[in-house]
Amino acid sequence: MHMADALLSPAVGTTLWAGTAAITGFASHRLKKQIDDRTIPLMGVLGAFIFASQMINFTIPGTGSSGHLGGGMILAVLLGPHAAFLVMASVLTVQALFFADGGLLALGCNVWNLGVYPCYLVYPFLYKPLAGGGKSPGRVLTASVVSAAVALQLGAFSVVLETLLSGKSELPFEAFLLLMQPIHLVIGIVEGFVTAGVINYVRTARPEILASMAASRPLGRDVQLRKVLATFAVLAVVTGGVLSWFASTHPDGLEWSIQRVTGSDSLPEAGQGIVSVLKRFQEKTAVLPDYSFAPAGNEAQKAEESPAWPMVDGGTSAAGIVGAAVVLGMVLLVGLGIRSFRGRNS
Amino acid sequence: MTFNRNYFDIGRLDRLAYGRTWVHRLDPRSKVVATLLYLLTVVSLPKYEVAALTPFFLFPVLLAALAGIPARFILRKMLIVSPFAIVIGIANPLLDTRTAVVIAGTPLSGGLLSFFSILLKFALTVGTTLLLIATTSFPGVCHAFRRLGVPSLFVSQLMFLYRYLFVLMEEAMRIVRAREMRSFGARGAEIRVYVRLVGTLFLRTVDRAERIYDAMLSRGFQGDIPTLGRSRMAAADLLFVATTVGFLGLFRFVPVTEGIGRLAQGVLG
Repeated sequence: MHMADALLSPAVGTTLWAGTAAITGFASHRLKKQIDDRTIPLMGVLGAFIFASQMINFTIPGTGSSGHLGGGMILAVLLGPHAAFLVMASVLTVQALFFADGGLLALGCNVWNLGVYPCYLVYPFLYKPLAGGGKSPGRVLTASVVSAAVALQLGAFSVVLETLLSGKSELPFEAFLLLMQPIHLVIGIVEGFVTAGVINYVRTARPEILASMAASRPLGRDVQLRKVLATFAVLAVVTGGVLSWFASTHPDGLEWSIQRVTGSDSLPEAGQGIVSVLKRFQEKTAVLPDYSFAPAGNEAQKAEESPAWPMVDGGTSAAGIVGAAVVLGMVLLVGLGIRSFRGRNS
Repeated sequence: MTFNRNYFDIGRLDRLAYGRTWVHRLDPRSKVVATLLYLLTVVSLPKYEVAALTPFFLFPVLLAALAGIPARFILRKMLIVSPFAIVIGIANPLLDTRTAVVIAGTPLSGGLLSFFSILLKFALTVGTTLLLIATTSFPGVCHAFRRLGVPSLFVSQLMFLYRYLFVLMEEAMRIVRAREMRSFGARGAEIRVYVRLVGTLFLRTVDRAERIYDAMLSRGFQGDIPTLGRSRMAAADLLFVATTVGFLGLFRFVPVTEGIGRLAQGVLG
């Protein structure tokens, strides 16, 4: 469920990049003050562990399909939120670079979806209260299952929102949600069971490891989440504002895509929901005065007035196709030419 | 086993990065910056744009050709990538059926155009990202990140992750092999067994981290990984970034493809 570059718009991609960059800076800053050097190799090696553990699979009971460990929740439990967030961010960076899973621009979205939610939202507010001291295996199990499921639901929901706001996909909001949420609920619950199993196993086999990790980890009390959120909000508003202004001069950005969502007559209610929420939010903040989310009615009218939306006339696009073929041919020739030249020289 | 292939591909991608071509010798920062700008430009093209995306193939093709990266390897890696973008994009032709253009009597729907656009963007972004690693090496990209302002703590443990990725993957492969030799058919893949295997792997990992830390401490580790590498942007780097930016601007704002198409139509007809 990694968000992909090809589905992103620059506005959404850079906004989430800014958000994750701010949180990465914050997490590094906090950690640097609170840990010893020992934790740096431990974090790195545990990131490699997440990859390696994905090579071992198991069969999901009753289905015959196989699953593996996701990462975010178990890292948060073992390392605490800051370190877990950084490890998760680096796991996703390696995935983006080596497996091209997601992509570099989408990295911001993916770290947000799979790192911020489990480490900074679900772990402190859901897992810790539910698990208590982490001494009873039953409570650890309940807490893990609930936390992993909620974290993944939030992540999946964000993927839907990010895709929708980017406006490259035609999937309507509700259908997309129905596609994403149930499957990730199942994955999340399974991941929760596995997470609890591993934590309980480690505690019975080598209790001192969890104890020493808890000792070297910063206490949760002085996590100034408010500060993080404030930093992020400022950054998001600034980048989002600048970029959406830019996008609104080219009709391929946020605004247009939201109008597209509301304009699609199949699901007017879902569209209205988002638009009204966004509109209220926008009225409150009023950072972007001329950034108007048209109500569904207007848009439908507009759509009627101009039924053939894309402003492409036949002549232009024919030239486009011929041109595309010629350009691709030329690019290929350049590549092959350089290769044969290099081959002869070496 | 699918993960075996991924594993060997990582190794190959890593080896390719130690080439000695002109592209490999560029400062990692210039390649990271150029790649990010490239990705932003490609992604910024409108949803229905297909033809205007084609000139952007020039960048990855030039990189691969000049750096001597085998195109077939990159293409194969692109194919095994998880196809989320394609799965989501394939709904477009079904949902957006309004005719957008009529070419040679064949009506093409808007959904078809936007799906093609997603496919092209997928190929361009994934291919170029893989080429960044194949020409720069992962530690190179990490050093570039740090010099571009990413916190050093994050970069340090990113490099640890990469260094021990290979080691731990071999460890996991040994565990999987041992399980397969002791179990027949589907046995041994239950969650109960799995949890113990992963737990064992975790304990071994923690022990290993402890040994690594001791070894590094005795070699003077102080929480940072310094490098002796070249740190100055040379004229070639500036030229590379400037040229890339120039062409990105040209391809983004000037309808190059269409012009060439009209020219070709003029020549032919």
